[in-house]
Amino acid sequence: MLTIQHLRKSFGPLVAVDDVSFGVERGTLVGLLGPNGAGKTTTVSMIAGLTTPDKGDVLVEGARLSGDTDPKKRRIGLVPQDLALYEELSARANLRFFGALYSLSGGALDKAIGNAVDLVGLSDRVNDRVATYSGGMKRRLNLAAGLLHDPDVLLLDEPTVGVDPQSRNAIFDNLETLKARGKALIYTTHYMEEVERLADRIVVMDHGRVIAEDTLEGLQSRVAVVGGGKATLESVFLTLTGRSLRD
Amino acid sequence: MAVIPLLAMVRKDLQLFFSDRRSVIVSFVVPIAIASFFGAVFSGGGQNREPARIAVSIVDQDESAISKAIVSGAESDKNLKVSKPAIDEAREAVKKGNTAVAVVIPKGFGELSGQAFFGDGEKPVLTLLHDPSKSTELAMVRGVMTQHVMEAVSQEMFGGDQGRKLIEKTLPQIESSTSMAPDQKRLLVDMLSSVQKFYKDDSATATTEKPRRRGLTMPYTVDEEAMTAGSNIAYNGYAHSFAGMAIQFLLFAMANIGVEMLLERQRGLWSRLRSAPIAKVTLLAGKAVSGAVISLMILLVSFGFAMIVFGVRIQGSAAGFLGISIACALMASTFGLLVAALGNSPATARGVTTLAVLMMVMLGGAWVPTFIFPAWLQQFTLIVPVRWAVDGLDAMTWRGIGLSGALMPVAVLLAFAAAFWTIAASRFRWTEG
Repeated sequence: MLTIQHLRKSFGPLVAVDDVSFGVERGTLVGLLGPNGAGKTTTVSMIAGLTTPDKGDVLVEGARLSGDTDPKKRRIGLVPQDLALYEELSARANLRFFGALYSLSGGALDKAIGNAVDLVGLSDRVNDRVATYSGGMKRRLNLAAGLLHDPDVLLLDEPTVGVDPQSRNAIFDNLETLKARGKALIYTTHYMEEVERLADRIVVMDHGRVIAEDTLEGLQSRVAVVGGGKATLESVFLTLTGRSLRD
Repeated sequence: MAVIPLLAMVRKDLQLFFSDRRSVIVSFVVPIAIASFFGAVFSGGGQNREPARIAVSIVDQDESAISKAIVSGAESDKNLKVSKPAIDEAREAVKKGNTAVAVVIPKGFGELSGQAFFGDGEKPVLTLLHDPSKSTELAMVRGVMTQHVMEAVSQEMFGGDQGRKLIEKTLPQIESSTSMAPDQKRLLVDMLSSVQKFYKDDSATATTEKPRRRGLTMPYTVDEEAMTAGSNIAYNGYAHSFAGMAIQFLLFAMANIGVEMLLERQRGLWSRLRSAPIAKVTLLAGKAVSGAVISLMILLVSFGFAMIVFGVRIQGSAAGFLGISIACALMASTFGLLVAALGNSPATARGVTTLAVLMMVMLGGAWVPTFIFPAWLQQFTLIVPVRWAVDGLDAMTWRGIGLSGALMPVAVLLAFAAAFWTIAASRFRWTEG
């Protein structure tokens, strides 16, 4: 569904992303892991069309994505790390606006809003101001906003930051549903247990490069554990990226 | 350009603007309140043409015929509001700012001023105690008092008892003078003798005819005609004050929209917007259009209030008024984009733009008309867009100039809007950091 080929991006002398390639199929979730500054957000930004790569391509079902107004951007949805919502407006007003950015209007927009809020469990609060929402509800609305135009690929940049276990669990359920509907998901996070639970494949980045790409089991098999058990993803991650602080 | 996203951006920005009660009050209520105040101050009472009188105290320590005539003349002057306190009270009133000027007529003023009127005698001193913060009033009082002193002294010298006695006393002194040149002495004696003869003839006819006014008078009268939209239309100071205040507060509103854009960037909203298949120019255009709509609403609501409550009328061209309003709204909304493009952070942008807006409205004549500026400053302020907006709206309201008077302000305001847009579109950073 989505193929990333040899992406490179530098900011002045700093090479943020260098020769990054991976893919994600329909109905699967790719977990994108890496320490701070590894290049995850820059990679997601290039896939979403927010940042123009210096080199490389983003392909949606083989077609190259190019330019701000490329209609193929409709096939990609972004759930940014920030709560990108207008708190002074109601959830419905927010969703009407974000849907209209994809030229949705009238009945089609109303239907899309209904589907999105049903999925994230906010139907009964859709007319309330976002400012009155809890952190978890805002996160779920943030997810709904990325789904309105029914994209084939969903980019989720740390979508569970700062939410309680109940809301996190609800978001996981939503993502499982989306996978079941055939969506291709790219999920960046620092929470290893989330990737262990959700990811079909895992891409580990460091210093702007992909240093490992495999299934959970494949990665676990790379690290030997005393006593013969399975390594945790965290121990795999630390083995691959080292223990030095990155901030 | 994608129409549905563009309209959605405009609608969303209007929703956000009207959901913020503080913004609505600051943008609509505050300018009306301040413009009403400034209008009342600067309009001279609106339709009432009676000027505000200057409070003047006159302390008459002389109590001669001349000093009494001066006081009487001042009391009848429509420019002055005269009180007659004692000297200490007069000083206190000026010191406290209750009176702009106190005129002290010293003892002996009448006699000395009469002598000085005909010859080179010692000139008496008329003391003006004044409030240093009211230099304009001082200049006016000085001029008005000159008129009344000259009238009172000349009237007394050419017909009063003091004048007769003075000439009777002065003639023998001149005739016996040895210090004066013979030619000069002869001319002065002839003149004073003629005046003395004039007194005697006048006394003989005074019982049978209406007494004549003697002495110097103003050799002209003034016909004042305010050059407004028409001879039957009074100047309405509210037109200027509402134009100025509406423009000031719509600029504040647009600067605030610029700051909000920076906050939206911080909150990641621009990332979400840009992930949609929309050109950057469409996103900025949406902001520009919504800003222009809000600006236009502020202008029209302010003027609507002024029309209903204070009788402000568009005496010039309605189309011109609308054209200037739209051009001004576009200038203001693109100014908001400029704030977003040049501001590094919301906090610094807010501080800098407050200063910039205040400078623009001050130099643009939004607070006080630019005609009171020095000549060089009047020329300099032509580079300030607010000047063109205020002058243009003045032209379309109380000045009553037709559509032709709107063309240049519209063109200049649109040029400013284009310049602001170009800079904003090229400099706006779409991502934080």
